[in-house]
Parts: sequence; structure tokens; C-alpha cells
Amino acid sequence: MKKLMTGDEAIARGVFEAGVKFAAAYPGTPSTEILENLSEIDREYLVAEWAPNEKVALESAIGASVAGARSFASMKHVGLNVAADPFFTASYSGVNGGLVLITADEPGQFSSQNEQDNRNMARAAFVPMFEPADSQECKDMVKEAYKISEEHDTPVILRMTTRVCHSKGLVEIEEREEVGIKKWEKQPLKYVMVPANAKVRKQHVFKRMNDLKEFSNNCKWNFAEYYDTKIGVVVSGDCYLYAKEVFGEEASYLKVGFSNPLPDELFKDFAAKVDMIYVIEENDPIMETHLKSLGIECHGKDVFPSHGEMIPEVIRKSIKGEEIPIFDEAKDVMINRAPTFCAGCPHRGFFYTLGKRKGIMISGDIGCYTLGYGAPYNAMDMTLCMGASISMGHGAAQVFSMDEEQDVRVVSVIGDSTFFHSGINSLFDVIYNNSNTVTCILDNRITGMTGQQQNPGTGFTAQGQETNEIDIEGLVRAMGVKNIRRINPNNLDEVNEALDWALALDEPSVIITWWPCALKVQSEEDKKNFPGSFQNKYRVDQDICIGCKKCTTTGCPAISFDKEKRKSSIDINKCVGCSVCAQVCPVKAIGKVGE
Amino acid sequence: MTKNVLLTGIGGQGTITASKLLTIGLMSAGYDVKMSEVHGMSQREGQVLTHLRYGDKVYSPVVPMGEADIIMGFEELEVLRNIDYLKPDGVVVLNTARFNPIGVLSGKDTYPENTKELIEKRAGKVYSFDATAEAQKLGNPKVMNIILLGTIIKSMQLEDIDWDKIIEENVKPQFVELNKEALKIGKSLV
Repeated sequence: MKKLMTGDEAIARGVFEAGVKFAAAYPGTPSTEILENLSEIDREYLVAEWAPNEKVALESAIGASVAGARSFASMKHVGLNVAADPFFTASYSGVNGGLVLITADEPGQFSSQNEQDNRNMARAAFVPMFEPADSQECKDMVKEAYKISEEHDTPVILRMTTRVCHSKGLVEIEEREEVGIKKWEKQPLKYVMVPANAKVRKQHVFKRMNDLKEFSNNCKWNFAEYYDTKIGVVVSGDCYLYAKEVFGEEASYLKVGFSNPLPDELFKDFAAKVDMIYVIEENDPIMETHLKSLGIECHGKDVFPSHGEMIPEVIRKSIKGEEIPIFDEAKDVMINRAPTFCAGCPHRGFFYTLGKRKGIMISGDIGCYTLGYGAPYNAMDMTLCMGASISMGHGAAQVFSMDEEQDVRVVSVIGDSTFFHSGINSLFDVIYNNSNTVTCILDNRITGMTGQQQNPGTGFTAQGQETNEIDIEGLVRAMGVKNIRRINPNNLDEVNEALDWALALDEPSVIITWWPCALKVQSEEDKKNFPGSFQNKYRVDQDICIGCKKCTTTGCPAISFDKEKRKSSIDINKCVGCSVCAQVCPVKAIGKVGE
Repeated sequence: MTKNVLLTGIGGQGTITASKLLTIGLMSAGYDVKMSEVHGMSQREGQVLTHLRYGDKVYSPVVPMGEADIIMGFEELEVLRNIDYLKPDGVVVLNTARFNPIGVLSGKDTYPENTKELIEKRAGKVYSFDATAEAQKLGNPKVMNIILLGTIIKSMQLEDIDWDKIIEENVKPQFVELNKEALKIGKSLV
């Protein structure tokens, strides 16, 4: 039976069919849906978990592998940076049950802070890599990866890209193969990575990668297709599909699906049969550099860009100079549709208030709340990577405290899931090294930006069971913070008072904002904790409204301003009653519907 | 010959459901189908752009710029934003709905008044109508997406496929008749 699946769905299906027993991930676009799909599988077959971060996800998968189960971890490209520590050494210790992980790279940076090419990571860690081009290959390669993992005693990594993750193609569905759980035996020489053992294992790593060269040259994942031989195109991943689209039968192809180690013999053979070679790869010139090291002349990044997707129009423009005709009249009038906090988002009241403060540096983090950096809030001065808000803020605060010329205080803002991810380590730093940064943990009771995933603070597992819930306030107190306030971020006075209080202190403080994401399907506990939330509607009394537009500066998508009438109004279908606009209105024109 | 369809609109308008039904129908007719969705972050009302390609053998899941046979537009500004995807003689099926971006709501930006005229100027053929109003007549504004689906089916000459059956198999029982009716209306609008 064939089914239309995204790459992410096909990976999940492949993991299921391969008999995997344990899977863990931290949400990250475009990889999130892999574990979401796995979490729908019954625990009798497979345990699927959201881990607090990618390092923990991979380490738990490594442990599951050592215990004898086929295991799995997935993450976005920058997540592999967090998991790099276990990744590089698990390459040495190898596996018992097969271990496969996913890196979902982002050529074109649709929703990431950088565009790193994780093919470099596979090379640096000596880990075999597959690069699927479409959904069918996603499923087939993940299953093959488990065989390679077990035959060669190695973790195996698949490099996906946004387009492969989110595109749909037809996939042949097969049965699950129950491979069971292998027996665990004590093997400290293999699994205790002290220098003496690791040095020995490094020899295994070299031998394995050498053995896999033969596989790379002969496997079905790396193949040549000959048509016109005036042009030869060397491609990996989805670039194969784009190149076929552009050249059709006017070129020959060498498609690389298994890319670490690269197939040297295939490259040499292909080079001998074609007149010239284009290497089309997304991001870094990895195959190009390799071909050149083999003495094969080729064109790569001298022709194609080093950033973005190698979609057909990019290839055409690079090679043939073909420009897409642009309809200029549309460009002239086009306006932006910027992402905004949803109506009723608990971040709105907080950032509206925070952005009005003078003399503070705001250190931000990764999540929906990064939108606090833009207009109308302008409430973020730096954002780097997961968890960095608190630690960057700490470093900055230490410097400001030494500098009599600058009277600046630091406020670090971080979401609940990002705090659990790695912000918690940074808060240890603030407490231990005693800086006066104000740490604001924006607890909206869910992982928001990646689309409503459970996390250690929500009380539910990925597979929907009720579980232990980590209480951020109790945790922070136990860590040694003496000054803690939990506030309702929709109450602007409460936010202001808390900021005044915290900024008057000369020691660490934590403000926890506590209100659920407007998109969250509320649990029974949420309903108890936030009675009446999202139940009200607000309206603008047109007779009282003076057209000052103050309410529009809250950036709420439910509020619109009529330029002709010079009046604001609220879309009743969008309003969920956070009341922030009513609090900022200087003439009290905004009130609850029905009052 | 690969056919290229682009669906563009705003999160929550039902673009995803429409593209799903279209895809299932195309698969049932034996076409190779590829589809690629580009959406914003998880906040409400972001842009949604779906690439859908079908034919004997489809490679790239992405509609190349300037090669869309048809754009199924759920919102005027989003059609204009993506108009460079359209073939010079391509067709636009346009729902005359406007969703104001936050910049317009706050009075900072102006929604281009001539959006529809520009689309008509650039496209080979435009079928425009208020699909939401048509859906309202059926008693449920949400089936606007199925009305648009009907227009696509007619425009792309895909009427040989048993769409009623596709709806029966993929829509909740209580909405089957409503969806069939919406599809019929859509076909009649082109």
C-alpha cells in the first residue's frame, strides 16, 4: 500500500518498521513532527519521549542502544551542537542495538538562527551519513541505517533538510520487523570511555570508516544515471530532484545518498565518462572539495551560491543566467505579513511593559517570545541560541557592574521549555557567581513555537500519560534564589511592580510569568489554575474612543484602526479577553462585552 | 507532463485540507504526486504556501518560479505576493477575501487597494468570487475551501475523478453532503 507522507512522517514510519523500541527528541523545526508521529504509536511497541534537550535525547537513546534495543534520536541542525558531546564519543563506543539519529538542516534558514551544514559534523565525528532526497528514501534509508549501525558497530546519522522534512511523496508501507532486544553484556572496555579504552576504540572507528568505503562505492544509495554526457551533475539529498528538473536528459547524474564516507571510485568512474562536472549541494562545498582532493576538476561554489536552497530557479540562474521575470508592480505595493503574538498571548502584556523600560539590556532567547524584539515592543537586545539569555545576561551584568560610566541593568527572558532545555545551567551561573541580573521565566505551560509539545513542566509525557511535573518556582528556590515572584503577565501593573522590585535588588532575582499559551488545549489542571481564562471578549466604545491608537501599540491582531473614522475596534472572533488593551486605553473606551 | 498547482492563503483558512483532498484524488487517478508546504511559525494567521505537482513522474516537490499552471488563492494579498510563480498564461482562482496583516491593523501599512487589478493584469485568466459568501449560503463559511477546490477541479479538467467518493472517504460523515454541495458550487463558478 502506498501512502502520501512528509519526510518526517516517513522517518517515523521507517523507525517503526525497523523495530525500534526507544525514541527521544527535543522539538525543533523542521524535525519536530518525527517524534510527534512516533508518540502516536502504542508504548507496547515503542517508547517515544520528549527530552529536555537534544543532548539528553541522544544520551538516553545511546543508553537504550547499549541496553540492547534499536533506538533513535532526532533534532534540528543546531540541536546537534547541543548533542555534540555524546555524538562525538558514541562514535567510538558504538552500539549494541542499532542507533540512528536525524539532523534536520535548514538551507535557506526558514526558522533557525544559523545555516550550518551538519555533513561537517558527520565527518568530524566519523559517523556514517545518509542523505534522503524524498519521503520514500527517508523510510528506506532509516531502515538501512539500522543495518549499517549494527553491522559496523556505529551510530548512523541521516541529514534531512527543511524541504525533505516537509514535502510529501508516495511511500510504500511495510510491516514492522520485530527485532527484539539484544542481550546486554558487561563490556566496560567498549562502553567506558576513559582514555585507555577510547584510544583502542578509535582504531575501530578508522577501520569501520575504511570498511564503509566499499559499501559507499557499491550500495544502491549511490548511483550514476547516464544520459547526455557533456554535463555530469554530482548531487546529494534533494538537490538530485532539483537537478533532474532543470537538466532532464541533457545531463548525466551521480546521486549520492550515502555520503560519509564518500564513494571515491564512483566519482572517478563518473568523471571519466562525462565532459565536465557540476557539483550541486546545499550549503558547504563538501563533495566539491572532496572531488578536487581526488584530482577531479569540477564546478561548484564558483557557480552556485553557498547559502539557501538549490531549487530549480537557483540552478538555472547560476548556470544559464536565466532570471525569473519579476512582476514589479506587485513588488512596488507589497506589504509584509509579519508574524505576531496571537490574540491573548501571555507574552504581549509582559513585553509591552518591559519594552517601555529605560536603562536595561534585555537578553532574549529562542521561542515565540523572540518576537518581543520587533515592533511595537522593541524589547530584546540580543538573542543567540537556546538557553543563552541567562548566561549572556550574566556576563553582561558582570561587566556593567564594573563600569561606572554605564548605568545599565540586565533583564534575561526565557520560556519554560527553553529554561528546562539549558537555561537552568545558566541560572546556576547567575546564582553561583552572584550577578544582579533579573531572570524572567515566561511559563506558558507548553512548548509554544514548535506547535504545542509537552515538556517537563506540563505534567504530561509525549505519549499523553500523566507524569511528574517540575515546579519551576520550587526548583528555582531550591537552587538558591532568594527573590522570586510569580505574576500574571496580563496584569500590566503586576508586571511593572515586579520589575521595579527586582531592579531595586542587588542580587539574583527570578520573575515567573504564569499564564497558558492562547493556543494550548487546557488540561484539567490548567482550568483549575486559570479559571475564566480566554472566556471574555472586549469591545471598544466608539463614542468614547479618541483615536489615539494606544491600543494598537500592544500589537494585538484582534485590534484594528480605521484611518477614516479615526477609531479602533476589536474583532470579537479573535479576542480572547486578555484585557491588555483595556489597561492601556487612556480614556477607558475598552470594556468587557456585556458590561 | 508535470502540472503545477500553488495554494496560497492564511493559516486557518483550510488550505491544508483542500490540498489534502486534491492530492488524494490525484493519487486515486494514478498520478505521481508531490507536495511541499511552507508555513510560518506556529502563531495564528501566518502565511501558508502549498506547492502541489502531479504527472507521470514528479521529481522536485517545489513548483519552479514562473511555471505554476494555476494558483488557488484564498487571500488576495497572498496571491499577489506569490504571483511570480504563475506562468504568463496561468490561471488564478481568487477568493476575494482580505486578511489584514498586523501592520495594516495598526494603521502603519496600507493594504494595496489595487491588489485584484494587479493580479488580473499579470495572470492569463482570473476567476474571482467571494467563496466565503458562497459558503455562507450553504450555511457554513468554513466550506469556502471546498468551493475553491471545485473551481480547481474544473479548471484543471480533473472531473473524471470520483470526487464525491473522495469526500465520502475523507470527510466526517456529518459534513459529507455539505462538502459535496460546496464542490458542485465551486465547479459551477468556473
